[in-house]
Parts: sequence; structure tokens; C-alpha cells
Amino acid sequence: MALDFDLTEEQQMLRKMVRNFAEKEIAPVAQELDDKEEFSYHLTKRMGDLGLFGPFVSEDYGGSNVGYISYIIAVEEIARIDGSQAATLAAGNSLGIAPIYYYGNEEQKQKWLPDLCAGRALASFGLTEPNAGSDAGASKTTAVLEGDYWVLNGSKIFITNSTTDMSKVCTVQAVTGKRADGRPEISCILVPNGTPGFTTKTMHGKMVWRASNTGELYFTDCKVPKENLLGRRGDGFHQMLATLDGGRLSIAAMGLGGAQGAFELALKYASEREQFGRPIGTFQVNAFKLADMATEIELARLLLYKACWLCEQHRPFGKESAMAKMYCSEMYHRVVNQAVQLHGGYGLMKEYPIERHYRNQKLLDIGEGTSEVQRIVIARHIGVPGRAL
Amino acid sequence: MKIVVCIKQVPDTEAEVKWDIPKGTLKRDGMNPITNPFDEFALEEALLTREKYDGEIVAITMGPEKASDVLRNALALTVNSVYRCTDEAFAGSDTYATASVLAAAIKKIGDVDIVFCGKQSTDGNTGVVAAELATLLGWSPLTYVSKVRQIDAASKKIVVERAVEGGTEVVEAKLPAVVSVIKGINEPRLPNLIGIKKAAKVEIPQWNAADLNLDKSKVGSAAASTKVVEIAVPPPRGAGEILKGEIDEIVNIATDRLIDLKVIKS
Repeated sequence: MALDFDLTEEQQMLRKMVRNFAEKEIAPVAQELDDKEEFSYHLTKRMGDLGLFGPFVSEDYGGSNVGYISYIIAVEEIARIDGSQAATLAAGNSLGIAPIYYYGNEEQKQKWLPDLCAGRALASFGLTEPNAGSDAGASKTTAVLEGDYWVLNGSKIFITNSTTDMSKVCTVQAVTGKRADGRPEISCILVPNGTPGFTTKTMHGKMVWRASNTGELYFTDCKVPKENLLGRRGDGFHQMLATLDGGRLSIAAMGLGGAQGAFELALKYASEREQFGRPIGTFQVNAFKLADMATEIELARLLLYKACWLCEQHRPFGKESAMAKMYCSEMYHRVVNQAVQLHGGYGLMKEYPIERHYRNQKLLDIGEGTSEVQRIVIARHIGVPGRAL
Repeated sequence: MKIVVCIKQVPDTEAEVKWDIPKGTLKRDGMNPITNPFDEFALEEALLTREKYDGEIVAITMGPEKASDVLRNALALTVNSVYRCTDEAFAGSDTYATASVLAAAIKKIGDVDIVFCGKQSTDGNTGVVAAELATLLGWSPLTYVSKVRQIDAASKKIVVERAVEGGTEVVEAKLPAVVSVIKGINEPRLPNLIGIKKAAKVEIPQWNAADLNLDKSKVGSAAASTKVVEIAVPPPRGAGEILKGEIDEIVNIATDRLIDLKVIKS
């Protein structure tokens, strides 16, 4: 029996637990946090208490080592209720913890991972720059080795989890020299928050993920010990690409969970709201919308879980993770668009959580590689000639 | 201190309950079972008691294979051990027959100081199993407990607050005791991922009638002192009547109806 769609007992229990947590603890406060643009230390700590940070990290460093499918189920269940909290969790794991766990040396892992896995601290991933978004290789931030120190100069933007009081370290991608072929040599360097020369600014006025933390980072002659290099010098670009392969799974999970949440809200509303003397869900035009939503969600889940399964089997999963990220994000757009449509005028009001879903969806088409970038990645994987740029 | 928690699996309180009308029982197949919400308070109280006084917690349930889920959840919350009481002969148990099985399990566990139960189940709603259990064991029955003030295992004493009509009663009793707790006594916690990981792999041990030294002719429907003779599902509520016409006319009709129904006086 090779094909098996059953989740394990552990995965089912995890889903139930996270669903309970999201419904009982996140749902009552999500809208208020969104209104106030407030990062929740309490909910982040609670996610830590429940063991949701470090699901792919070995127990030796405080992780739970339950695997990628379990991780994705957790993100999915939180995104079903609120995108902001799912973002804190997904970025904390895929961008904060993963690079340190996969590329850090023993000392770096011992230093950072226990606090990160316990939810006592957050790490961020400093990649995007004002002029290096989709063109991530165009980073201008530099790190120059001077004696026993790296000296960093430059800036980063849109960095999740980077400026909270519990943000302790940032994995910064910086140009550390020139390769033999003339292209920039890129390396990742761990820069603890609070290092002199490292200043941060919280970004406000977001349309999406308003209760998640996003920051701008500035490095001005910022000195860190040369031991803070992550992995080998010049490996930064490869580390970044691999980190994003994993990160895409969690963004896809946010699309899937968000769509599930939006669909459930739409189904409930369509069953209760009456017009022309009957529930609006009984009109075929609306019933078909709901049927289409459910079908697309089912498809998305199969694709995402397969990508996670490949990852757990240590097989190549870059193509599938790009497909899942793109499909789940765009599917969420279609689902939430119709879900708001079913809500009519009420769907435009903040009083209804579908409004927050509608806004939060948009990030997923853009963050961690736009849908267009995913198509470039997929095109390269399927053998389209050229670089598909 | 040795603590036992009795847990029941019930249909999800948010789902529609389906009855097997001829049999007078719940249709448990295909339903999503959850831990009886009142038992979650009992389980939490057991965990709090262990944190305060040390000791071990044994969680028990009576039910079919599916009932293992509620014990697995208890394990994820770090109870020390669990047992599922199951036997074809247990089918058709009423509250008394259920209490007999649970009492036998508690005797088999041995040296128990305190048993925590929820005040009632959300499906049967009888609320008498805890009292029956105390009676069968000959232990102190402490029902509707809203707070456990103190437990002194050495001097075999417990002090609790009971929620009684219009106030609180403080009761001191001898241990061992059977304590049924009410909603709000505590805030039940969720299991964490490490707990779930451990619990998911555990084989849930079972005890049948023979393991519990119970005579098969004296359990289940044979031992039941009550029998459900009929189950009736309340008829669906019909649509209300919408009065149409001029406003004065409608008000008059509505007023007359309310007078007829003795809601208001003429």
C-alpha cells in the first residue's frame, strides 16, 4: 500500500490542538490586534508554549522534530483564523529558525535555537532590500572582513519579526566580495539585535498582516565577530534559495488555511442569510460558488501535502513547493473573493472576519517570491529553455 | 498522592446529535468524539493537584475503541497512565452500571486518594455517576465543587467549596473522596506538541470484565437499574407567522394574540 492519505494520530491530534488554540485564543482578539496594528507577545509566547516553534528541529535544540506535514498543519490551522499570527509563526520557523538550524555550526545552534524553539525569542531573515526584491541577487548590503570582525553597511526592508522586543537576531544576506567569475560573493551573517550600528524601524500602515511585525533594518559600520558567519563564506545565495524552498511551503499553508477559513465563513453565512425568502446558499449560483471553493481547496491541499511529503522524504521538492506556493496563494484569492461576494455589503465591514481574510490574502501573491517569480522557478524546473526571465 | 480522573467521550457539542431511535441510544458511529467538556475541568484539576502536591494521575474511561482518543488527549496533557474499560458485556450500561465498572477500575488501580469527575456529561446529562461512584466505593461524595481549597493526604482530609443555590458551601471531608467539578473551577490547558508526540505512539491498555473481576451477568444492560424506553426528537420549530396589513390592524391582532397566550393582560 504505497498511497496513503491518512494523517497520523499525531498529526490529527496536533490539528485538533492548534484549531482549539486558534479558535479560543486567537479569534477573540484578532480583529482588535489588526485594528491597532499590534504585535501580540502573548500569542507568540502561547505558540511557543504549545511547541509550535521548531517543528522540524531536533529535540537536542528544543524542537519537537515532528516533521514538515505537522508544521504545515499548524500554520494552516492558524491561518484559518488569522493571517497575522500565522505569519509570525511561519516566518519565525521558516525564515528565523530554519537557516540557523540547517546552516549554523554547533555553537550558533546551541546559542540561538533553544530560545527560538521555546518562543522566548524570534529570529528574522534579512534578504529584501529597497532595490533588491525579486532580484534578490542584487543586494547592496556589504560585509567586509576587518581583522576578527565583519563590518556591515546597507539596509533591508519588509523583514518579518525583526523589530519586536523579542527579536534577538537577524540572518543578514550581504555581499562579502567578488567571485572568480566576477559576480558578487554573497554570504549570510548572524547579526544580533542591539549590536551597535544595527538600527531598526517598525513599518506601519500595512494593508495586510497588520498584527505581524515588519521592519526596516539599517547597518552603519555595524561590527560583529567573524564567527557570526553562517555556514561557509559565499554560500549565502544558495542558503537563501534553499530557505525559500522551505519557506514557500509555509506560505502555501497560509493560503490553504486562509482559504479554508474564508470558505467556512462563506458557507455559514450563505446558510443563514436569507433573501427572497430563502437562504442565499440555496440559490444554485451561490451553491456552485461554494462547490468550486471546496474543490479548489481540496486540490490545493493535495498539492501542498505532497510537496511536504517530498520534503520529509528528503527528495527534491523545489518545483512542487513553488507550485504549491503559487497555487495556494492564488486559490485563496479566488476563494476569498467569492466569499466576500457571498457576504454582500456585510463582507466589506470589519465586523466580519471575511474582510480581514480579503486583505491578508494579497500578501501571499507577493511575499517570499511573487507569483511571477514562482512561475520562473517552475519554468526552470520543467525544462523551459533559457532562464525564463 | 494518587489521583484518578474519569473521562467520557461525548459527541462534539457543536455537531448535530443523531439518535438510534429504536435502540434509544446515541449513534456514535461517524460522530466526532470529544472529551466531555466538564471532564476537561476534572482533568485540569487533577493536573493542578499533581503540580501542587506531587503524585500520579491515572485517567480512565469506559467505551469502545474510539474512546481511546480522549485518553490519548489526557496522555498528551501528561497524565501518568490511562486505562480503557471495554467489554461487549458493558453495552447498554446506565449510570449505575457505568459507575460499577469505573468503581471496579478504581479498586484495581488501588491506593487512590482522590477521584475527579466532571459534574455531568453533555450527552446523557444525568449528573449522577460521581455520586454513585462514591457510594459504590464508600468514599466521600463531593459534588458540584467550584474550588479545591486544600488536600492533606497524610491526615486524609480535603476541604472544598461547593456551588450551592445562591452561595458557596465549604465542606471538609475524609479522603478518599470522589470530587465532581463544575465549569469555571479552572482554565483547562491545551496539550503541547511534545506531549502529543509522546501520546500518539502509546498503545492504550484495556481492561475487560474479567480483568476487573466483574461478573458479566452483573454489568451492562443486565446491571442497569434504568432503561430508556423511548427517545423522541423535538419536532423542528415551524416558521413563525408574519402578520401583514396596516400597522394599526397588525398591532391589534398581535395584542389579541398576546392576551390569548396570557403574555399580557387585557
